[in-house]
Amino acid sequence: MGAADTPQQILDPKKRYQAGVLKYAQMGYWNADYAPKDTDVLAVFRITPQEGVDPIEAAAAVAGESSTATWTVVWTDRLTACDMYRAKAYRIEPVPGQEGQYFCWVAYDLDLFEEGSIANLTASIIGNVFSFKPLRACRLEDMRLPVAYVKTFRGPPTGIVVERERLEKYGRPLLGATMKPKLGLSGKNYGRVVYEALRGGLDFTKDDENINSQPFMHWRDRFLYCMEGVNQAAAQTGESKGHYLNITAGTMEEMYKRAEFARDLGSCIVMIDLIVGWTAIQSMSNWCRDNDMILHLHRAGHGTYTRQKNHGVSFRVIAKWLRLAGVDHLHAGTAVGKLEGDPMTVQGFYNVCRDTVTKQDLFGGGTIGHPMGIQAGATANRVALEAMVLARNEGRDIASEGPQILADAARWCQPLRAALDTWGDITFNYTSTDTSDFVPTASVA
Amino acid sequence: MRITQGCFSFLPDLTDTQIAAQVNYCLEQGWAVALEFTDDPHPRNTYWNMWGLPMFDLRDPAGVMGELKACREANPETYVRINAFDSTKGWETVRMSFIVQRPTAEPGFRLVRQETQGRMLRYTMESYAVGRAPEGARYAP
Repeated sequence: MGAADTPQQILDPKKRYQAGVLKYAQMGYWNADYAPKDTDVLAVFRITPQEGVDPIEAAAAVAGESSTATWTVVWTDRLTACDMYRAKAYRIEPVPGQEGQYFCWVAYDLDLFEEGSIANLTASIIGNVFSFKPLRACRLEDMRLPVAYVKTFRGPPTGIVVERERLEKYGRPLLGATMKPKLGLSGKNYGRVVYEALRGGLDFTKDDENINSQPFMHWRDRFLYCMEGVNQAAAQTGESKGHYLNITAGTMEEMYKRAEFARDLGSCIVMIDLIVGWTAIQSMSNWCRDNDMILHLHRAGHGTYTRQKNHGVSFRVIAKWLRLAGVDHLHAGTAVGKLEGDPMTVQGFYNVCRDTVTKQDLFGGGTIGHPMGIQAGATANRVALEAMVLARNEGRDIASEGPQILADAARWCQPLRAALDTWGDITFNYTSTDTSDFVPTASVA
Repeated sequence: MRITQGCFSFLPDLTDTQIAAQVNYCLEQGWAVALEFTDDPHPRNTYWNMWGLPMFDLRDPAGVMGELKACREANPETYVRINAFDSTKGWETVRMSFIVQRPTAEPGFRLVRQETQGRMLRYTMESYAVGRAPEGARYAP
């Protein structure tokens, strides 16, 4: 699309660089004929221009404000190969069914970015543009990152394959749960929950995002008791177990200190929260590589910018950035659960990550709140999981036969029977906010 | 105790019919099935004894079941597991692993706690069976 009255790029250098204010499209940030290069970084934004703002000019402004532009013409552009450094908006489409919203595609030359730095990438792509006044709202929906750029990052320190090889666990999803209540347990009581859950059959337990070092449980105490629980459960089951020790802290120095203590205690995994920031995530990822450690990321805080469809950053993009920054696990949401997540969209996030780890928040409450105790709750989960995997592999349709498969297993597994009696009918049937509006159009590939 | 390694240890021991169905699934995925056995089931014991090579070209579950029978007869009172190996790019690893034979009695592991500085402990797991006899005689009835 493109309105006939959309300003075109001014090609005459004298006019283009005359002091004063020009439209972004006139400055060269809109180019409908631009063919993106394989080495370009591409971004798709969903923009909602203010009343009266031409969508193409708004798209050009996004390209401008996320690359070289400022509000006025600067002659110093002419000291640079400025045509190359300018990002180019090159395509715009109305969002189906959403009045006043447009998807706009922007291409960035690879040289605009420093290698191996999510901080630099985000400072460019989401640094200024989201506060830009002519836009009522703006959302970064997706990015295409060229291989040359991707290879400047080290990626996850361990990876799915090596994680499973270290644990010697294959052929079924790993089972984990978050310790509850989130706050208030002493180290000794907290370690009890860890032990019971692992002993009962979980592979991993984890700290929640806001378990750090509060007055009721200092971090060293937590680490010591959790590792007692982990090792005791491992010895009694002959199976590798782990607990994600949250090392999130106020400074990098403190995070390193906690990470080293976790390592010295023999933990195979540590976790950090998304709110520590991209630079801290990359640093911890490097540390994990150097210390044979799996790195779990809890996506704390993401809902502040991922949830609303018209403004923020899609979790799809966050997942890609996290993969570059280098985390082994991340919460990608659950297709069923108490937290936000449209099933189709969540599946897409998993495809981004190729994550085969299943961790459902429901397991937390479902394990710890089991009427026969935590061990029984964990056992019920593990038996249900193994029964379903066995049945799927036998060629049974677990979508339709699932309830029967579980009922059959519950005949010999009393903890599972009790769980089905307690929660058999629970659903979290609320409409998701973040559903996809994109409608693919046929194209000649 | 019951060692819960492998992906079906929380279910009752699989019958040979059930094992054959799982092998069939592995072969349908294009994975190579292998048999391994040990009498040192420590979770960090990565390298169990191989019962021959992974059966890369075998496409019939009956062949695996025949090998399993021979392996069980030659190695009673050991752990035997079926591994399925996926050689496709990006995996090149075991995709499924489950126990298909256990010793009659499983004494399990002792957790050894070495007290070090402060409240710190160094943990290690020792197998009761491994500690009491050399390889080949550990789980003798």
